[in-house]
Amino acid sequence: MSVFEGFRFRRVSSPIHQLDPRVKFFYVCVMFVIAVMFNKLLPLILLFFVQMPFVWMADVQREWVRSMRGALMFAFIIFLFNFVFQYFYTEYPQLPSITLIEYSLSMTLRFIVLVESFSVFFLTTSPDHLGLALEQSRVPYEFCFAFTTAVRFVPVLAEEAQTIMDAQKARGLELERGNFMKRVRNYIPILIPLIVSAIRRSLELAEAMESRAWGASEKRTNLYVLKPKRPDYALALVSVLMLILAIYAWRFLPIPSLTTFLSF
Amino acid sequence: MIEVKDVYFTYPNGVEALRGLSLMIQDGEFVAIMGQNGAGKTTLVKHFNGLLKATRGEVMVDGVSTREVSVASLARKVGFVFQNPDHQLFCETVEEEVAFALRNFGFKENAIKRRVTWALSLLGLTQYRQTSPFMLSGGERKRVALASVLAWNPKVVILDEPTIGQDYQQKEKLRQFIVQLNAQGKTVIIVTHDVEFVAECNPRVVLMAQGKTVADGVAKKILTNYDVVARASIVPPQIAQIFLGLEDLGLPTDLIDVYEARRILLNSLGVSP
Repeated sequence: MSVFEGFRFRRVSSPIHQLDPRVKFFYVCVMFVIAVMFNKLLPLILLFFVQMPFVWMADVQREWVRSMRGALMFAFIIFLFNFVFQYFYTEYPQLPSITLIEYSLSMTLRFIVLVESFSVFFLTTSPDHLGLALEQSRVPYEFCFAFTTAVRFVPVLAEEAQTIMDAQKARGLELERGNFMKRVRNYIPILIPLIVSAIRRSLELAEAMESRAWGASEKRTNLYVLKPKRPDYALALVSVLMLILAIYAWRFLPIPSLTTFLSF
Repeated sequence: MIEVKDVYFTYPNGVEALRGLSLMIQDGEFVAIMGQNGAGKTTLVKHFNGLLKATRGEVMVDGVSTREVSVASLARKVGFVFQNPDHQLFCETVEEEVAFALRNFGFKENAIKRRVTWALSLLGLTQYRQTSPFMLSGGERKRVALASVLAWNPKVVILDEPTIGQDYQQKEKLRQFIVQLNAQGKTVIIVTHDVEFVAECNPRVVLMAQGKTVADGVAKKILTNYDVVARASIVPPQIAQIFLGLEDLGLPTDLIDVYEARRILLNSLGVSP
């Protein structure tokens, strides 16, 4: 589950943490668009390194590396799928070509770039901030609340799942035993208590919310108000410039592929 | 016999829960592990059935390192009743719930039947045999969880916070039950905050603070020692507090038992009980 470790917010302060989440989200979206635009290796490698300064500025290298390591397995699966399927569809009797290898590698790298940017976003944005950003983007408060609550309860549920696993192991349950179907069935004793307690908890939460006057006033006010500052505008500008540059490169520049490099 | 040899344990998130703890629990002992929240009590007992493996040091159960055997095979010897029964109940009937572990351990079908009947009657749950465990009250669910562990007759029984959320009568029943288990030769280990409960049981007490043991001995000696008890953020039991206050009358200060206290008080007043 180490991929998820890389998405869990830690309460530290850095220039990146203090950015307006809306701007950060815009930056992530730009990264997403650019990553999807290109399917050559070179621009994606560039994109991968462009984000490095953010990781360093936010001082989340350790968590970030952990999430990247967690993503490796998925990345490998993506590579394998792309490679194997493309190969058998197009070039089967011959040896796989460089183009095909580059294509599969780019797809993998594209995934890694996406994980990278989302991981930086979630590592540096507190759930409260995220909720606030949603709210101030005029998303109905019910949705914002549901969203922040969901995010807030993920670690709680993860911990509870661990306890339940321990409790069932203490009763002789062996999760790793048996064939595939047996292994799936082994998870029933863990899932049922987990679901039951999640339902119980949500009912309790609803009661607690109502006793604290949930929805009593139409227009809610907030103690904290998000106001974009200079660094926010700077990041927004950088994102827009990157997007323009990427569109320009995509439209007019010949992107060298792996074969051009190899033919030198 | 459980031997804990200089054990350190650090959780994956970096929290150091045990810092060089050593402990020896003989067969047939009755031990209460006490200490403040976060002292590492539950972490320690989770080492006894291999749910957690020491980062440094070693835990031996009957001479075998817990590192070398699976949780399932250790659990056969060391039964662990978790604090919250809702973390383990999942079957449609109480009967199935109790039989779950027996099936995991590979008991024969007729042995399972016999043991389920025995465990249910032991805890007064026979009438709920076909009831869903989710329909029962909190105390009853706790008893189902206990029955589901006792059913396979483990040599060591660990109870994590057994008294939480129980009324006085249930606690008294539980106490008698634990004492009875111990009298049958089982090693009983309880993890608890409940000083009065421990005072009534009078077991060996292991006090923990910050991942280490701060005191180890009979309840009577440990729980009446203000300094030691304060280090583990515990208040002495009421009887002990009274007698610590009456020290200048020349009364003994190491008392935790109500009946003994009454006898001594009456004696000192010159009244024959």
